[in-house]
Amino acid sequence: MAESKDSILKKIGNYIKNIFSKNKKDKYERLEYASQSQLIWYRFKKHKLAAFGLTVLAILYFTSIFAGFVAPYTHVERIGDYKYAPPTEIHMISEENGLRTPFVYSYSKELDPETFQYEYVIDKSTEYSLKLFVESEPYKLLGFIPMEHKLFGTGDKDAPVFLFGTDNLSRDIFSRILIGGRVSLFVGFGGVFLSFIIGSLLGGISGYFGGVIDEIIMRAVELLMSIPKIPLWIAFSAAVPRDWTAVQTYFAITMILALVGWTGLARVVRGKLMSLKNEQFAMAARAAGASDFRIITKHLLPAFISYLVVHLTLAIPGMILGETTLSFLGLGIQPPAVSWGTLLQDAQDLTVLADYPWHLIPTAFVIVTVLMFNFIGDGLRDAADPYSSK
Amino acid sequence: MQQDTLVEINDLKQYFAIEKGIFNRKVGEIKAVNGVSLKIKQRETLGLVGESGCGKSTLGRAVLRLQEPTAGDIYFNQEDEKVSVLELNNRDMRKVRANMQMIFQDPFSSLNERMTVMDNIIEPLVVNNIGDKASRKKRAGDLLEQVGLRREYLSRYPHSFSGGQRQRVGIARALSIKPQFIVADEPVSALDVSVQAQILNLLKKLQKEMDLTFLFISHDLGVIRYVSDRIAVMYMGNIVEIGEREELLRNPYHPYTEALLSAVPRPGQRRNRIVLEGSTPDPINLPSGCIFRTRCPYAEKKCAEQKPEWENVEGEHFAACHFKDSLELKGIKNRKRA
Ligand SMILES: Nc1ncnc2c1ncn2[C@@H]1O[C@H](COP(=O)(O)OP(=O)(O)OP(=O)(O)O)[C@@H](O)[C@H]1O
Ligand code: SF4
Ligand SMILES: [Mg+2]
Repeated sequence: MAESKDSILKKIGNYIKNIFSKNKKDKYERLEYASQSQLIWYRFKKHKLAAFGLTVLAILYFTSIFAGFVAPYTHVERIGDYKYAPPTEIHMISEENGLRTPFVYSYSKELDPETFQYEYVIDKSTEYSLKLFVESEPYKLLGFIPMEHKLFGTGDKDAPVFLFGTDNLSRDIFSRILIGGRVSLFVGFGGVFLSFIIGSLLGGISGYFGGVIDEIIMRAVELLMSIPKIPLWIAFSAAVPRDWTAVQTYFAITMILALVGWTGLARVVRGKLMSLKNEQFAMAARAAGASDFRIITKHLLPAFISYLVVHLTLAIPGMILGETTLSFLGLGIQPPAVSWGTLLQDAQDLTVLADYPWHLIPTAFVIVTVLMFNFIGDGLRDAADPYSSK
Repeated sequence: MQQDTLVEINDLKQYFAIEKGIFNRKVGEIKAVNGVSLKIKQRETLGLVGESGCGKSTLGRAVLRLQEPTAGDIYFNQEDEKVSVLELNNRDMRKVRANMQMIFQDPFSSLNERMTVMDNIIEPLVVNNIGDKASRKKRAGDLLEQVGLRREYLSRYPHSFSGGQRQRVGIARALSIKPQFIVADEPVSALDVSVQAQILNLLKKLQKEMDLTFLFISHDLGVIRYVSDRIAVMYMGNIVEIGEREELLRNPYHPYTEALLSAVPRPGQRRNRIVLEGSTPDPINLPSGCIFRTRCPYAEKKCAEQKPEWENVEGEHFAACHFKDSLELKGIKNRKRA
């Protein structure tokens, strides 16, 4: 008996050993045939925080793209008479039946006879089950897919679900956050993309040609960098007409963020081009008869694209904060359009905050997003740097 | 054996401006190559030796026109036609470039890490529109075998190779468009000593197989001695002596060459190393007359007043020194050929 147990263990041990040694060989072979970007990806995947950040951001972006389906309401919808309703509590333990599937109670507003204020009272008589894919009014997801279901809800008008409570106009803050994310999360990409174009063009000209052009561009960069960002943003956005549509303002803000944000990138590109153009592989390409254009696009740009990606990743949170700041100051997105900045505007009032603290929840979204981008940026930087410890 | 001249360099100069301040005020010039004249013969290896910073690499790059020289002429003998390289426009330059290639010093930065070995090797073919995909691949594989690597390595990336292997890839790349003339800029100085000999032997073998002409740059006299047919000695942007290998080593004409040779250890002989006084002069303010006079143990008054003449000799032994015929200089004697 004992012997057979031993031999089985041994077999298992050998089996595991085989798997490992086989994997090791595979990996070894794989590495030799791996391109530079594949190597970066392998290293990136090993970076735990970055992987975590990527997952969280994926969820955030996904939910805000499909906010029409995930959010129970729209950002402008006023839901019955639920002004300043606190977040709905979700229960799992029923008073009669013990543990059960999640459910909510309905609430109703009652006047407190002493303070003469309306207070929400939970009515525990009925348990409303939380259901996935509940039926709803017909709507169009992303503006073109006809749908008749929402991700979750009770399916009953008497028992609404406000995950993060409601605001002074009885709008669901959870829905507003998801829909506001469409502006706040994507303004970063737009801004970074534009500043990437401006920055790499000007930085590229500066670095490759040098001389007087280089001097002029670099002085302009220094000038822009020496002015604090917020006054610069404010100055630019003051020039945006108030009567523009939400879409127009959105693009205007993207432009403003890019106009202020390209300088750092221009410097990175210039420095890299300057050092790379005298590298031996660039020299070798020239010796082979390659044109300037081929040298730049085929040899120089790919050599520092990973640095660019890191730089851009780390620039996105700055852009997101920029939009939030502008909208918070009332210079960005104008109501009824919604962004995380306009949501925070509602949290400006101290009395509101004291009585209805759930108005601060959008802050958490801003913080988490910025943090996650920084995690990813760190991970990419470690992965792109061939001299890092791993 | 009478050989034709393949490359002729006349009074070549490469200056680098030193700029300061926001208005790019020119405050001086580094005279990295300061009037070099040379003839390189068909199928020979001309070794170029000199201290670090004397302008060897700059000369090598200028000869291939990888940098635009400040002044001078370069003639290249292409299909019995003497082409003035510096006067060519871009299109004609490409054609000539296919005949002149370079092997670089650092095998870690001269290959593009982001391209496979194959893409690195065939780049000269691609930019010059030679052959189609299949023929290029075949050629790259043949070249790999010729430089002693396995054909299967074609689809690998450079990061998985050792320095010596990478240098072999670099050599294959330089050979891919069948050049006649190759500038090898310190091709072994970044490699382990044990690998150096292998690469040098490979270059010698390839030279025979493909009728190559080399300008071989190194600061290591041992390496130069091993590969060269003739040797040129460079000091502060000038060639100071040139001659057949054995003749120059045994019987140097220039005091700087003597000092260089004295630094080579000689078995069975007491070392009489000539230690040069002072350091190399400031390349921005070169000394008057003979550039070597600040460190030359034989310097006299004439050396400060008059610059020794340089003649663009072919196959003869020549030195730029006023006293080349009267000085009794020590070379390396009684030593078997390496
Ligand atoms: N692009 C450049 N701009 C300015 N100065 C340069 C440039 N290239 C070379 N120099 C200067 O020219 C001089 C000669 O340099 P070069 O690299 O040709 O020397 P070298 O003999 O090859 O030295 P090494 O043995 O260290 O390679 C040096 O003083 C160097 O600083
Ligand atoms: S010319 Fe004068 S200084 Fe120059 S190498 Fe000859 S002896 Fe020395
Ligand atoms: Mg050099």
